[in-house]
Amino acid sequence: MDKDAFNVGKSVVFKGELSGSEDLVVEGTVEGKVELREHILTVGSHGKIKAEVFAKIVIVLGEVVGNITASEKVELRESGSVDGDITAPRVGIAEGAHLRGSVDMQKKPVAAAAPSPAAKPEAKLAPLPAGAPAAGTQRAPGA
Amino acid sequence: MSGLRGWLSRLASERQADDAEPAGGPEPAGYPTVTSKGLPKFLAYLDTRPAPVLLDLGAFSGSNVTFFGQRLGGKVIIGDLFAELERHARESPAEELAAFLSKRFAREEASLDGVLLWDVCDYLSRPAAKALAAALVRALRPDGALLGFFGNASHVDIGCTRFIVEDDLHVRLRPHASALARQGGMQNRDIIRMFDGLRVSDSYLLQNGWREMLFRKGGGGRPII
Repeated sequence: MDKDAFNVGKSVVFKGELSGSEDLVVEGTVEGKVELREHILTVGSHGKIKAEVFAKIVIVLGEVVGNITASEKVELRESGSVDGDITAPRVGIAEGAHLRGSVDMQKKPVAAAAPSPAAKPEAKLAPLPAGAPAAGTQRAPGA
Repeated sequence: MSGLRGWLSRLASERQADDAEPAGGPEPAGYPTVTSKGLPKFLAYLDTRPAPVLLDLGAFSGSNVTFFGQRLGGKVIIGDLFAELERHARESPAEELAAFLSKRFAREEASLDGVLLWDVCDYLSRPAAKALAAALVRALRPDGALLGFFGNASHVDIGCTRFIVEDDLHVRLRPHASALARQGGMQNRDIIRMFDGLRVSDSYLLQNGWREMLFRKGGGGRPII
């Protein structure tokens, strides 16, 4: 478990909208909405979330009832259970995990992702010389 | 010195393990693998769709979801019909199964690009299989594809098979405990009648005696590569 992450302890029951700008570990119960657009949400093995979840990375060892949207990836571990739809470019599901819903790994263009002022800038490409192949094409080595 | 080397090597392999995806890795060997002829054609069709929507009715497999999601870049809907059937068998009378399946899989018309039926029809009574087939035919898009496996009369056993897709060609058959039993094989003509509204695009007899059938919706579709 990440020591720097904020921890919602086992005995905590939170109802409402939970948003933040640091990683979060939930071992208690959260109901409502969880929004950590640039951070990691870990639902611990005792954690129960009944909410719409938006985060950069979501790791589920406990229980989630609700849809999960992650801009980077979702990991559903062996003890994890999700009852809802998952949307993320990368999804890993361990053997023994439970999932009831759908998984959408549609490769959306970067521009379609949720804008965030804190988002890290994308690596800039050097301008191509005149006559270079258009974006998306690849030049054969030595060509 | 060798101790230090060993420690470094362990550290490197631990780091690699940390970086690895939690699932989607190769299935442990030991279960039979079949070479599918229908799956590559099914995938070839879905490759022509921009963001295909796929319904997987087989027993839930995380690695399959990851495979199809990454391979096709679309949406995979988990049907897990075996779990539904077991739940229904515990809670409701068998004669209500057909109505249950019609309702459970009553998706929006023409909303699916593909359906992975696997061998689920072998576990259903005729009326239930017919009800499911009708719901799937309705939900498939024109030109959509459905891939199914059908056992013959000798394939009457208890327990289910999880179809673990290893790559575009190979499927590992892993048995898993279940109270459900195969009902016995259906004749080809019965299967074709059941999927009224689809046409058989390809049909193969596998070495283990199963029939693999790829259906397409509509008659004027583009040819499968």
